[in-house]
Amino acid sequence: MADLRIDIHDLQLKNPVMLASGTCGYAEEINEFFDVSELGGIFLKGLTLHNRDGNLYPRMAETPSGMLNAVGLQNKGIDYFINNIYPRIKHYNTPLIINVNGSTVEDYIELTEKVNELDKIPAIELNISCPNVKEGGMAFGITCPGAEAVTREVRRVYDKTLIVKLSPNVTDVSEIAKAVEGQGADSVSLVNTFVGMAIDAEKRKPLLSTITGGLSGPAIKPIALRMVWQVAKAVKIPVVAMGGIMNATDAVEFILAGATAVQVGTALFKNPLIPLQIIEGLNGYLDRHRMDSVKELVGSLQV
Amino acid sequence: MGNKTVSDFIVTENIKLNDTNYLLRLKAPDPLPIIRPGQFVNIEVKNTSEIFLRRPFSVFEMDYDKNILSVIIKILGRGSKKLTEVIAGDTISLIYPLGRHFTYPGKGERILAVGGGSGLAPMLFLAKESGLPAENVDLLIGARSASDHIDVNAYSQYGSLNFTSEDGTLGTKGFVTHHPLFTDNLKNYDKVYACGPEGMMKAVAREARKAGVNCEVSLENLMACGFGVCLCCIEPTVKGNLCVCTEGPVFNINELKWQI
Repeated sequence: MADLRIDIHDLQLKNPVMLASGTCGYAEEINEFFDVSELGGIFLKGLTLHNRDGNLYPRMAETPSGMLNAVGLQNKGIDYFINNIYPRIKHYNTPLIINVNGSTVEDYIELTEKVNELDKIPAIELNISCPNVKEGGMAFGITCPGAEAVTREVRRVYDKTLIVKLSPNVTDVSEIAKAVEGQGADSVSLVNTFVGMAIDAEKRKPLLSTITGGLSGPAIKPIALRMVWQVAKAVKIPVVAMGGIMNATDAVEFILAGATAVQVGTALFKNPLIPLQIIEGLNGYLDRHRMDSVKELVGSLQV
Repeated sequence: MGNKTVSDFIVTENIKLNDTNYLLRLKAPDPLPIIRPGQFVNIEVKNTSEIFLRRPFSVFEMDYDKNILSVIIKILGRGSKKLTEVIAGDTISLIYPLGRHFTYPGKGERILAVGGGSGLAPMLFLAKESGLPAENVDLLIGARSASDHIDVNAYSQYGSLNFTSEDGTLGTKGFVTHHPLFTDNLKNYDKVYACGPEGMMKAVAREARKAGVNCEVSLENLMACGFGVCLCCIEPTVKGNLCVCTEGPVFNINELKWQI
């Protein structure tokens, strides 16, 4: 049994296997299958200040080795979360992280101030990379000045662990990562989905109501892996990796490339038990390679 | 911790019902929970890189003694086609139980259960489970042509069997709503249930609303997860966008925003 404990800034994780925002609801849905306290942490479904209905149906298209989604941050708003969901989930014995979204910098600040009051939320994931909303979202995450501005303002009002979720839809993701590190981010998580598209050739129509959507799943893994590797070399803060992780070997690859922890996302749709299989497989890998701690594995790629 | 499970089932039978419908009987590794008409399972399609997501199917039959769950697979695309190619002895992964079931009729009520295409399975299951005497249950099954119908004679013990076909080769010619059960005496029912293509369900809902009869439909929106986390299968309702997989698939037509 290797030691799987690892830290992301002040966040102490019992293992590096976490769930990605937007793929695990508010943790209760996954707790229907197994005790979520076994996980390293859970990034809850993205929240906004106010209720959002999200985009019109259809919001999903299956693609080779993956899928496109265009959910558009459907959620009932932070106040509903605090009053109705938070009391039901705060006892889970694993870090619950709120994914924070906004259309304007002011939205991000107001939302973060509310989240800062929640004792059982030890970190936020600042989402500047959602590709499926018309205003805000990815618009902040695709330029250095935009990413810097949101990170700087949110940092001012938030004193717990601040993780910034980066978009892969940029020329050089490591530049954005350095920019947010410079404004006080404690960690970066990447990658959010890639903007993609699918067409029904017979009907001559797009498959998504929004025409374009975010691509996820194993189809994006090699690109995500390259980006995590680039960012891990460029910044000193811990990197949380995601992008098509389906099994323990995938997770090991991201950790070798420099990730401190990983998020399992789209894989949950295929099988919600995959995170448990990854924790077990990671343990087995470390034992086979005679490592006492997962910390030895981080960034240990031999090039 | 909750009550949903992911397990490998063993295929015990794969029976071809007609050109596009297959009956799969699947043996569970552990005792099955109670699953009611309208609830569904999400089935993994193995050994193909094109098919990434599972495919949802309404449960058709439950045999708690043998620990066997059955589904009817109608070929609609590549995923369902692949599933019809399994053979006895194969393992197949299911997520279950999913969704909410139809509201059971009250004692002595009269019901009409309308099934079309892939929506037939839960209607037959409902007729069997309704707890009503057969004379209180009318089953109406619609298809394009006689060759698209499957043999449901075994269900005559649970209700009267009625058919429509678009080409008139079996039962009344036309759509289900052209059948005398609709045109003559819809008001006689306490509940109308429907599952099938959206156009069919909307037509049924329109007639039921006109007649003032309580009506539930089971939606088939595209879904990725089946357990309420992806938010892809949403349906606009009077309570906002709801997940068909967790808040449905069964809805009362009064909850929906259908323009009917």
